[in-house]
Amino acid sequence: MRIGVPKEIHEGEKRVATTPEVAGLLKKLGFEITIEAGAGAAAKFPDESYREFGVEIAKDVQTLYRDSDIILKIRPPESHSEMAIDEIELFREGQTLISFIQAGQNPDLLKNLAQKKISVLAMDSIPRISRAQKMDALSSMANIAGYRAIVEAAQHFGRFFTGQITAAGKIPPAKVLVIGAGVAGLSAIGAAKSMGAIVRAFDTRPEVKEQVESMNGEFLMLDFADEDGSGEGGYAKTMSAEFIKAEMDLFALQAKAVDIIITTALIPGRPAPELITEAMVETMKEGSVIVDLAAEMGGNCKLTEADKVVVKHGVTIIGYTDLPSRLATQSSQLYATNLCHLLTDLTPEKNGLIDINMEDEIIRGATVIKKGEITWPPPPPKLSAAPKQQPAAAIKKPKIDKKQSPLSLILTFVIGGIALVGLGSVAPPQFMSHFTVFVLSCFVGYMVVWNVKASLHTPLMSVTNAISSIIIIGALLQISSESSLIRFFAGIAILITSINIFGGFAVTHRMLAMFRK
Amino acid sequence: MSQGIVTVAYIGATIMFILALGGLSQPETSRRGNFFGMFGMLMALVATIIGIVSDNYFILFSGVLIGGAIGLTLAQKVKMTQMPELVAILHSLVGLAAVLVGFANFMDHNNALIGVDKTIHDIETYLGILIGALTFSGSIIAFLKLSAKIGGKPVLLPARHWFNLALLVGAIWLGAKFVSQSALGGGTLPLVLMTIIALVFGVHMVMAIGGADMPVVVSMLNSYSGWAAAATGFMLNNDLLIVVGALVGSSGAILSYIMCRAMNRKFIAVIAGGFGTSGGSTVAGPEGDAGDIIAIESAEAAELLLDAKEVMIIPGYGMAVAQAQHIVHEITRKLRDKNINVRFGIHPVAGRMPGHMNVLLAEAKVPYDIVFELDEINDDFPNIDVSVVIGANDIVNPAAQEVPDSPIAGMPVLECWKGKTTIVLKRSMATGYAGVANPLFYKEKTRMLFGDAKESLDAVLKSLD
Repeated sequence: MRIGVPKEIHEGEKRVATTPEVAGLLKKLGFEITIEAGAGAAAKFPDESYREFGVEIAKDVQTLYRDSDIILKIRPPESHSEMAIDEIELFREGQTLISFIQAGQNPDLLKNLAQKKISVLAMDSIPRISRAQKMDALSSMANIAGYRAIVEAAQHFGRFFTGQITAAGKIPPAKVLVIGAGVAGLSAIGAAKSMGAIVRAFDTRPEVKEQVESMNGEFLMLDFADEDGSGEGGYAKTMSAEFIKAEMDLFALQAKAVDIIITTALIPGRPAPELITEAMVETMKEGSVIVDLAAEMGGNCKLTEADKVVVKHGVTIIGYTDLPSRLATQSSQLYATNLCHLLTDLTPEKNGLIDINMEDEIIRGATVIKKGEITWPPPPPKLSAAPKQQPAAAIKKPKIDKKQSPLSLILTFVIGGIALVGLGSVAPPQFMSHFTVFVLSCFVGYMVVWNVKASLHTPLMSVTNAISSIIIIGALLQISSESSLIRFFAGIAILITSINIFGGFAVTHRMLAMFRK
Repeated sequence: MSQGIVTVAYIGATIMFILALGGLSQPETSRRGNFFGMFGMLMALVATIIGIVSDNYFILFSGVLIGGAIGLTLAQKVKMTQMPELVAILHSLVGLAAVLVGFANFMDHNNALIGVDKTIHDIETYLGILIGALTFSGSIIAFLKLSAKIGGKPVLLPARHWFNLALLVGAIWLGAKFVSQSALGGGTLPLVLMTIIALVFGVHMVMAIGGADMPVVVSMLNSYSGWAAAATGFMLNNDLLIVVGALVGSSGAILSYIMCRAMNRKFIAVIAGGFGTSGGSTVAGPEGDAGDIIAIESAEAAELLLDAKEVMIIPGYGMAVAQAQHIVHEITRKLRDKNINVRFGIHPVAGRMPGHMNVLLAEAKVPYDIVFELDEINDDFPNIDVSVVIGANDIVNPAAQEVPDSPIAGMPVLECWKGKTTIVLKRSMATGYAGVANPLFYKEKTRMLFGDAKESLDAVLKSLD
């Protein structure tokens, strides 16, 4: 099948749905690939670089749509009046579209696409289960957005992030508060931390505390024992009124102290919760910065204006909604890789033919339209991203050798003692003297061998093997016998023990010579 | 030469042998230890040849010369990956020698013992031959298994425990027969029959043991060869043999114990055999959604390594099979030149005999001070950026800790999944010798690099430049 990648027509969109390298990987799956001329230019992937990987270049978007069986895009299809392109109209029956759709927000789009009798897989509908992480484009984009949010904040912030003591005086480190420790939040924490800022983070889900701390951030806890904000699919849910009250008090307190606030709080399918009120903004220091990653859904800050940078009460409020596109090369690359993983799952035979297998949990989740039929919303995913607490009983510690009870130890000694006494009462003295030597040597051996380093166990075996050939002495004692049969036995024994003595010592020497610092 | 001087020489040899084993406690002193061993052997031999042997020097010296030549040739030719086979075959020789010496001693009617002395002497002879024969046939089978001349899978007879018991009872009954007949001057038949039983027992015992248990078997046979020497010493009233036999016997026993502990298994359970074939109880991944594996290419693996600060390499038997140790060293050297701290984590039962991996790495000139044992290194894994698992499976299986009813539950394992990333080199998704699925492969932080270990590592090495 032929994959077509058009140029994104959304205003300001710089990303592209595949990179030259990923195109090479897709070819290995058996696909042929065409890309619209100049599609990757804004993401710094010129047409030449695609050609190197055997990608064909289509002159215009109409040719591309006509020849392709699968269309890979980033933004949902839209009509662009200036360019006189209506992407929905370009589709023909039987094609497959893979892109972001936002089916929940765009019911009309879904209907229009269904009328074209095509299949649509939405990257934003891929269920959040661990098997699907490698194709989770939302996470990839959120990661980039979080990073870029810090870069944007730094751009508008008048000071260093890191603290320094210089000859000209002391520079205090910037204090950053990150609200919502999802993928974007964690990414922002990491970026801010690596620039040297002091980072605090808040989230309604207590289980992310560990993740925040793993990024060296400080986790702000609310003292609500019972309430857990973890909703289905790893997202947060709406909290109770008391909780929100306590939360707002915390933010009000923090707003006075911090220099930069990054808000990433989103609840699926709802407008973003308002967390930073105008009053809080007023109390913030002059020159502070707020980056609102929820701007597209109305913003976490009252004063946020989508796609704009505004200055209110001396605080810069950044409401960009296209942060991933501002790192177009990186985000194209991650998005393309996500797509590639999804396509790998769609083509189990690697023969360039996709199979929309509705039995597969991931593919089922992603498919919003199958051959003109709307299949959205999918059944809920079975697993939360953070697994529920496992039943404690299941994690029984496997039994590790228990210490021997004193009774059995005493019993062993008693039986051993009786056996020895029994032996001593019948055995002749000569035997007992040999027996003494034997027992003592066992103990010497025990003491000496425990000191041997584990790395020298192989040489230990070969050297003990060589010295156990001391049995040759038995053969030597008999070699002078008059009986020819005994001589024969002794001779053979000498021969084979000699192999052992010489071979054993020589190979030990060879091995030990290899051990070096 | 008087008997006194011979005895003094034997005492000297004994001390030399103890020093030889003592020297092995550190790599620095180990070479000296080996020379002590050689010197002790020389002393004992010279004293015996001069002091006791009175005739048949021709047979003696031709035996020593021919045997010595064969031994030296073997020692030069053997590849380090074949060490377990060599050790096994050498053990069998000790066992055979014990049998021959025992029979020769039995046929020698010069020493006229009576009463309890005679009984004890007969029992000693009997035991010496029994252990010797068992060691001989067991080691031969171990050799064949290790050199893959016969399959490594355990061969299980239907009523094998009863069979073993019958052999044991038979051996004891024949022993009683032998002692009573020997008192009257006979006893050859029971002795020969017992030898056959011991040979069969040795074969049966080792046949029933799976490939992963080979380290235990090899060390157990090492121990037996020592006990055979000790029994021979009792028979001959020779303290030197007793001492050496006891030293070797306890050394092998300790190694067996260490190996069993490293697999969290009872010695008896290993000897009873049959590991890895327990019908139907193969445990799948941890509950339901085992997840997907993430496969990567060599170039990506190389990038991961270059980005790391702390790298841990975990070799297993697969590295030996693929003969990849030299490439591993090249990679190690390159990474260390770039100031990446590369270390090796060795599980006690990695490979087919105790210390096998260490010898392979030493052969490839990996300095021994970056090679660490399980206990030394296991707590460091949270700080490791990349762990590279080469041809190992069960020794890095988190199921040992996470799945309480897993066949390998409780076995100490290298906790590489606690590090940031783990690269697993593997030929396919097959399970290890224990037949247990490995949840490590499905972990988010694990990357699989499929293919022959040597070829994959070659490609990684090329990408490192």
